[in-house]
Amino acid sequence: MLPLLAQVKITDRNGAGQNCVQQDGFCPGWIKDHIGDYVDPLVRHLELTVVSVVAGFLIAFALAMLAHRRRWLVAPITGATGVMYTIPSLALFGILLPITGFGFVTGCIALTAYNLLVIFRNIMAGLDNVPEAAKDAATGMGMTPNQVLRQVELPLAIPEIVAGVRVATTTTVGLAALAFIAGAGGLGEPLIVNQNFKSNVVTVGVLCVLLAAVLDLLLLLAERLALPWRRVAR
Amino acid sequence: MDPDTAQAEGPSANRQAATLELRNIVKRYPGSDEPAIADLSLEVAAGEICVLVGPSGCGKTTAMRLVNRMIEPTSGDILVNGASIIDRKPSELRREIGYAIQQIGLFPHQTIAENIATVPALLGWDKRRIAERVDELMDLIGLEKAMAKRYPGQLSGGQRQRVGVARALAADPPLMLMDEPFGAIDPINRERLQNEFLRLQGEIRKTIVFVTHDIDEAIKMGDRIAILRKGGVLAQYATPAELLMAPADEFVEDFVGADRALKRLALQRVRDIDLWEAPTVRVGDPVSEARARAAATPIGHALLVDEDNRPVSWLGDGDLIGERVVHHAGGLTKVELDDVLRDALADLLQGKVMYGVVTDHGGRVAGVLSVEVISGFLNHQVAGRIDQAPAPAERLA
Repeated sequence: MLPLLAQVKITDRNGAGQNCVQQDGFCPGWIKDHIGDYVDPLVRHLELTVVSVVAGFLIAFALAMLAHRRRWLVAPITGATGVMYTIPSLALFGILLPITGFGFVTGCIALTAYNLLVIFRNIMAGLDNVPEAAKDAATGMGMTPNQVLRQVELPLAIPEIVAGVRVATTTTVGLAALAFIAGAGGLGEPLIVNQNFKSNVVTVGVLCVLLAAVLDLLLLLAERLALPWRRVAR
Repeated sequence: MDPDTAQAEGPSANRQAATLELRNIVKRYPGSDEPAIADLSLEVAAGEICVLVGPSGCGKTTAMRLVNRMIEPTSGDILVNGASIIDRKPSELRREIGYAIQQIGLFPHQTIAENIATVPALLGWDKRRIAERVDELMDLIGLEKAMAKRYPGQLSGGQRQRVGVARALAADPPLMLMDEPFGAIDPINRERLQNEFLRLQGEIRKTIVFVTHDIDEAIKMGDRIAILRKGGVLAQYATPAELLMAPADEFVEDFVGADRALKRLALQRVRDIDLWEAPTVRVGDPVSEARARAAATPIGHALLVDEDNRPVSWLGDGDLIGERVVHHAGGLTKVELDDVLRDALADLLQGKVMYGVVTDHGGRVAGVLSVEVISGFLNHQVAGRIDQAPAPAERLA
C-alpha cells in the first residue's frame, strides 16, 4: 500500500505559517493555500457516494419488488443483505481485492453492498404502511395489481423510501472515507497520509460533513418538491 | 370527442340501472368448518337499494364483495343484467361497478379531482371529458369547485365521505356496492349524508347493494332489506314495511328491535294511512248543516275552509250560532300528506291537539289525522296500505 500513499501530494509543508505546520497544528493559512488539493479527492468521494447509493437503490428496489409479491423472500433477502451490512468494511475490501482488483469499482461494490439492507428495509416498510383501505379501494375500482403498485403503493411509500436513501447516503459518505484502501480514492486518502497533521484532518472532516449535509438537504428538497400532498395539513 | 357522448355520461342522462342476482352462493374458507355464506340467493331489481344487514360475522360484507369478485364464491353464480360475472376479467368487471367503503380509501397523494377521476382514467377517457365529469360530480355532491385541487387530508370527514361516493359514481356505473359508506361519521352528519344520498338516488336511480350493521339505517335506506344471520343464512328478504309488520322469525324480530312499532312511524307517510274525512264548512253555509256535519264525526267540530278549500279554523259549539256560518280566525295544527307519521305525531303532540288537518301540496284539505288514527295504525286496527303481508295478530300485540 505504500506506493499508493507515496503518490499523495499533500505532504508539502512549505508555505505560510511554517511554525504551525511544523507542529502539526491547525493552520488556517495552510488550509487556504492547499484547499485546491482536496478538490479531486472530494469529487471522487462524491462519485463513490452517488454511484454506490444509486446502485444500492436500484438493486434494493428490484429485490423489494420481488419480495413484495412473494412475502417468503423477505426473510432471506433481509438476512443476506444484513450479513453484508455486518461484514467489517476492511474485510470486505480484502475479500473483493483478489476478485475485482484495486480501484473505483471495488470501492463502489463494497459501498453498494452496505446500502442494500437499509434501503430494502425502508422500501418494504413504506409498502407495508400504505393504508389497507386505499389498496382495497384501488383494487375494488378495477386497478390491476401492477396499477395498484404504480399508482397507489409506490407513491405512498415514497417518504419512507426517501428516508432510507437519506440514511444510506449519509452512511456512505462516512464509509467512503475507507474506500482508498481498495484503491478507490476519496477523502480518506489525504486523511491517512497525514493523519497527525491537524489542518489536514480537520479539512477532510469538515469536507465529509459538508458533503453529507448537502446531499441530505438535496434529497430532502427533492422529496418536498415531489410530494405536495405531504405539505398540507393532515 | 363527440359532445353527445359526454352528455350521455351526465347524471341527468344516466345509464340504465342493472339487475343483480345471486344464485345459490356458497363461500367456504379453507380450514373452517362453517361456511361464511351458506346457499344465498337474492334478486335485486334495477334501480333499487338492497340493504344487507345483520350482526357482525353474518357475511354481509363478504356477500357484497362477491359481486365485484373481490372475493370468489366457492360455488353458485352471480348475474348482472342476466349475464354471469364468473368468467369476466375482475379488473374490467370492477370498473363497471361503483365501489365505496367505510374507510373511504381516498388516495392521500392525489387531489380530490384525481381521486374522483380514478375509474374514468382507468377506462381511458380523455382529459376534457374527465374534467367535465369531475366538475359535474363536485356539483352533485355539493362541494365547491375550489376543493377539487385540495388533498384528502385537507377535507373534513363528511366531505371525504362525499368524495368517496362521487368517486364511486364517476364512470356512471349501473350497479354500486357500498359498504357502510356513512359508518365513520358522527350521527348528525350521517343523517344528513343519508338524506342527501337518498335525494341523489332519486335522480340517478342506481342499483345499489348497501351493507350496514345498523337496522335503522337499513330501514331508512333500503327498498328491500336482506337480514342475514351467522353463517350467511338469509333470515328474511323483504321491504322495510314487511320486515317491521311481519318479521319472519324470532331472530328477525329481535334484530329489528322492540321499538319496531315506532320505527314504522318513521317509515310511513301521512298519505299511507286511512284519514278521517274532514267536516268542512264554508262561510255562508247554514249553521244547522254545519252542526250536523260536526256531530257526524268523532271530532265534534266543523272545519271552516276558504273558497280554495284551504283550512281556516275549527268551529266548536260556541262558534256555530245564528243562521249562517260567519268568518272566524283561529289557529289549527296542519300536517302535510307527505310528512312521515313520526313527524306528524310530533306536530300533534307539540300543538297539544288531538286532531291535525292534513293538507296536500296546494294547502287544500285532504282529511283529518288524529292521534287515535295513529295509535290504531300502530295496533294494526286501521289497515294502511302497507300490510301486503299481514302478520299474525300475536306478533303485533
